Order: sequence, then C-alpha cells, then structure tokens
Amino acid sequence: MPSVLTKSADFKKIGVRDMEYVILMKEDFGGFIARLAKLQKLAAPVSKGYNNFSFQEVRSGDEIALKYIPTIIPPKKFFMPRQETLLEFNIAKGLDVKPVVEHEKITLFGVHTCDLAGIQCLNMALSIRPRDYNYLIRKRKIDIIGLECNEYCDEYASCCLVSSHLPNGGYDLFFTDLCDYFMVHVNTQAGEDMVESARHFRCAEDCHLEELRAFRERKRVLFKNEVPIESRLIPEMFDRAFESPVWKDLEERCLACGNCTNVCPTCYCFDIMDEMDMNLKMGRRYRNWDSCQLEPFAKVAGGENFRKERSARQRHRYYRKFRYPVSKFARFFCTGCGRCSRACMAGINLKETLNALLMEVIT
Amino acid sequence: MQVCFNMEKTVIRESNYRIRNARVIKTRQMTAHEKLFEIALEGGDNLDYEPGQFVIVSLLGIGEAPISICSSPTKPGSFELCVRAVGKVTNAMHRLEAGDDIGIRGPYGKGFPIRILEGNDLLFIAGGLGIAPLRSLIKYAFDNRRDFGKIHILLGCKTSEDMLFADELDHWFKRMDVHYECTVDRAAPYWAGHIGQITTLIPGVHLEPERTFAVVVGPPIMYRFVIKEIMAKDIPERRIFVSLERHMKCGMGKCGRCQIQNLYCCQDGPVFNYADIKNMKEAI
Repeated sequence: MPSVLTKSADFKKIGVRDMEYVILMKEDFGGFIARLAKLQKLAAPVSKGYNNFSFQEVRSGDEIALKYIPTIIPPKKFFMPRQETLLEFNIAKGLDVKPVVEHEKITLFGVHTCDLAGIQCLNMALSIRPRDYNYLIRKRKIDIIGLECNEYCDEYASCCLVSSHLPNGGYDLFFTDLCDYFMVHVNTQAGEDMVESARHFRCAEDCHLEELRAFRERKRVLFKNEVPIESRLIPEMFDRAFESPVWKDLEERCLACGNCTNVCPTCYCFDIMDEMDMNLKMGRRYRNWDSCQLEPFAKVAGGENFRKERSARQRHRYYRKFRYPVSKFARFFCTGCGRCSRACMAGINLKETLNALLMEVIT
Repeated sequence: MQVCFNMEKTVIRESNYRIRNARVIKTRQMTAHEKLFEIALEGGDNLDYEPGQFVIVSLLGIGEAPISICSSPTKPGSFELCVRAVGKVTNAMHRLEAGDDIGIRGPYGKGFPIRILEGNDLLFIAGGLGIAPLRSLIKYAFDNRRDFGKIHILLGCKTSEDMLFADELDHWFKRMDVHYECTVDRAAPYWAGHIGQITTLIPGVHLEPERTFAVVVGPPIMYRFVIKEIMAKDIPERRIFVSLERHMKCGMGKCGRCQIQNLYCCQDGPVFNYADIKNMKEAI
C-alpha cells in the first residue's frame, strides 16, 4: 500500500517544521476512533456532568468530548497511577521479594497541549538518574494523540504565560480542528502506524497547510499573556519573593487539603507503604500520590517539621512550579492548565497569586 | 474511584525498589530508646559506602525507614546502624535480634568529603543522635589516623543516661591522639564531667582555624548556636560541614519528602557545606 504521507514541500510558508501532515474529514472521525479502539485500549475525555470531564475508556467517537476544559485529573494518572505496586513479597519464605511494574498498552486521544507539557515535565523528572523504571516502562506503552485548543477553556487557564497553548511535541499524532476536518500532524512512527492502519486519512494539501497557518495566526491574537509579566522574568520575580507577605495571605485561606497537587499535571511526590494480605503471608509495597500541602509531609522522626506553616507549604508548591525546575530542567513545571485554581475550595488562584507577587516586586 | 484501568503486572529486574537481603548479626541495646544493629549483606557482599551516607531499611509488611550508617567502611563485611525507636518501622526494628532477616536499599546520598578533610585538623561536634552518622567519620579518621591532623571531638547529650557508645567514648577519652570532651544538659549524681550546653565547650578548644574543618551533626536547634561559636573561633563558613535530617521515602530525589528548596537531601546531601545552605530557609 502506498503511503498517504507526503513531506510538506513548502514548510517555510506554514511556519512549522518540516513534518508530515494528513487530514481526517469530520465524517470519518467515528470510523477512526472505532478503528483505534479495536487496535488497543483507548482513553479520551468524556463528559461527567456540567463542566466536568475525565479521561475514560471509550469505544466510539460519540463518547468523546471534543470540546472540553481540562479533565478533573490530568492524564498523569496513566503515567503515574494514584497508587501502584512496587514490590510483591511472601514473608513466609524469608525474603522472597519480586519487584514489579504495572503497565498497560493504551492510546490516549484528545490530550491538550497543556497536558502534553505536563507529561513532558514528568518524563524529565522521572528519567533523570536514578531513573524511575516503573514510570519509564509504563510510559513506553502509551501512545498519545494530542488535540489543539481553538480557544481558551475558561478564565483559569494561563497556558500562554508558559507557552503551552501551542503544540511543542510530546505526541505521536496531533489533531487540530479546522471546521470540516482535522489537520493531523504525524510526529512519530507510532503515529504513522495509526494513520496507516486507519485508512481514513489523506495527505494534506497546500490549502490545508495554509488554513492551519491562518488558524495559528488567529490563535496568537486570541491567546495573550494571562499575567502581565514576561515569562523569562518569572524566575527573577520568585528570587525576590521568598519572604513575601503573599504567602501569609495564602496561609490564611489554604485548607491544606492537597487538592491542588492531586490535580496538578506535574506533581509527582509520593509516599511508600506496605500492606499485608489477610493471610499475613503475602504482601505488597506500593506508592501513593502524596502532597507537600499536607502537614506531615516535611516532618521528621525527631518531631521537627521543616514546613510547618501552610504559608511555607504553599510557597514550596509555587517554587516547585516556577523557580526550582527552571534551574534543574530549564522549564516551568506549571503548564497553565488552571486545575489547581479550579479545584481549590478556598479560591486560591494561581493567576491572582502571580499578580500579587508581581505587584509587590514592582512596588 | 476508578483511577486507572486494570493493568498488567510484570516482574522486572531493573527496579530501584529492589531490596538486598541482609541479616542482623549482632544487636546491643544502648539506651532506653536506642539500639545498635550490626548487619551483613547476604552472600558476603560488601556494602560499598562512604561515611555520612545512609541506607533505607526494609521490614516487609511494615515499611521502610532511612537510617544513617554509623560504622566505618574501613571495616568491611558488615555495617552498623544506631536506631532510635520513634516510628512504626524503627519500633519494629527494635524487636529484631541476631539472626533475623532485614532488607536494605542503598547506600544513598553524599557523605562527608573525606578527600577535602584529609591533611587538616578536624573539629567534630555531635549532639544527641547526631553522633551516629558522625561516628562513621570518626572511626574512619581513627583507622586512617596519619591522614589527618589534630582531632577534637565534642559531644553533647541531654543526660548521662542518653549517652550513646559509652564504652567507646571512654576509649576516645584515653587516646593520646584525640582531644575529646563531653557535656550533658542534666547530670546524674555520679556524673563527674561537664554540665551545660555543648556551646560551652567550644571556646576552650585550642584550634588553628586556617587548617581546621568543623563537622557538626545534631538537631536543628543545635546548629544555630554551635555554628555561631565555631565562627567566633575564626573558622570560615566554607570549612564547616553539617549533616541534615529529613524523612526520605525513595532516596532517589523523586518522592519530594526531603526537599530543601531546590535541593534533595537524599541526593545532594545529607552532608552539606554550611556556606551552601546557610541562607536557605527551611534548611536548619
């Protein structure tokens, strides 16, 4: 079978890299999704009542919410499940211990650019040595199909501030909704395999590339820095904000519930625990998502708590998004998805916090 | 809540959570709360460690706990851990006796910078359980005594009953090549030594600051006062090393529990140069 893929001859004109583009007509979307679901397990955003969405297993295109605001839990749940077994053991037989990894072949469809950025952050944090093999093995089994946002999801998003409103890689295929059809960027061999096996695609022509260029142009106008600061100045702002009264203000509101870190696409802190079966012979060691916002997180055996105050814990969260990873990974670990602000019961809002810090550093 | 789908489970070789089988070969109750364990890896393997590093002890079905190694690598074949019973794992550990199995991960972290300390005079200051990690370096220095200049050891504890390694301390006291002093906050009637905070011992030590490194290990409150006294002796900040306590869960700079701003105590520490952390909030 001849490939449907062609190299875009005039990549300079479109302003994107020299990569392959194909198109999928809207009427073929259902057929493509059904085909994907036959190949392997498929998860996509599904509506869960008013303004709530969740990545769930789907079998057909009409289950998928193509227009959705960030899901309650980000796709990190597939990469780093809330709970995962690390070891299985049998204490009846001395030290009989098996290290295990839990994994699954799965395709994620409809991952927004903010969440693609989140996955890239997790990849970095968990691949630096010593590597986290459980994460890396699981990651290799996941195919990712991105989906571009045509407009802001809601007022909580700050994706433009951290430049995650446009695709920056991290996917196998990337869908852009251009009215009658999807423009699809084929980024990897795995993506090409999906396109080849589905047979619903045809290669993009110059007019399609031109439409994509015009769409991105419109998007550049629509998406503006949500906080009035250039992102390259953010680390400097944080360098001057450690003793800011803003943290005290957050302390007065924060309930230390850990919602913000649970829903954050780049939070990966964890606790490790053991659990025995009822027979008291077999057991397992597992890790659970943990949160720096919870009171015992930085407590040591002697009773000292190095981040006792909620202000110190909130500050730590912000610095882990906007300052520390800049030194270590040369990027922000905030993807601008807005989940922490949406999930906060006390109304702590990331954009407001950044604005408050900014006001203070300027004055 | 359905967080994820039913996943396959595969046994892997390359897990960072794999534990090494080991056996307790000797124990000694040292005080009401601290017990010393001598541990050997299965199959005669040697734990390749540096003074100041820690291991993660594993009791299957109960959990894991990070414990600093208190023996010196100069004595291969086994290593020692001094454990205070404060939590679930450490209390369970106190029930172990010679012959019992134990799991070990590690060693982890950056130890004391021996190559930098060599050729210099050393001022060791330990408070309470801080003697455990410091003992590893002290014993190393004793075993390589020619490689170091003068050695001063100042030790402080709450009461004479809390004194760890009491028999060894007597020996240190008698050594000609070591200047050793000890103080207690509150003394029993039979106590003949110093009484008072550890800071009271520092002014009396005769030091040559330009050729001395200070190594301080103790509770956070101790650092603030002790370091002030050391600097009053003209020892620059760069020549002071500390070892910090945090509750590491993974030991690999991932779980976030031991993070001090942008540093992971388990990977970047637990031994730090004082000049690097002195301005860091949440460090000490």
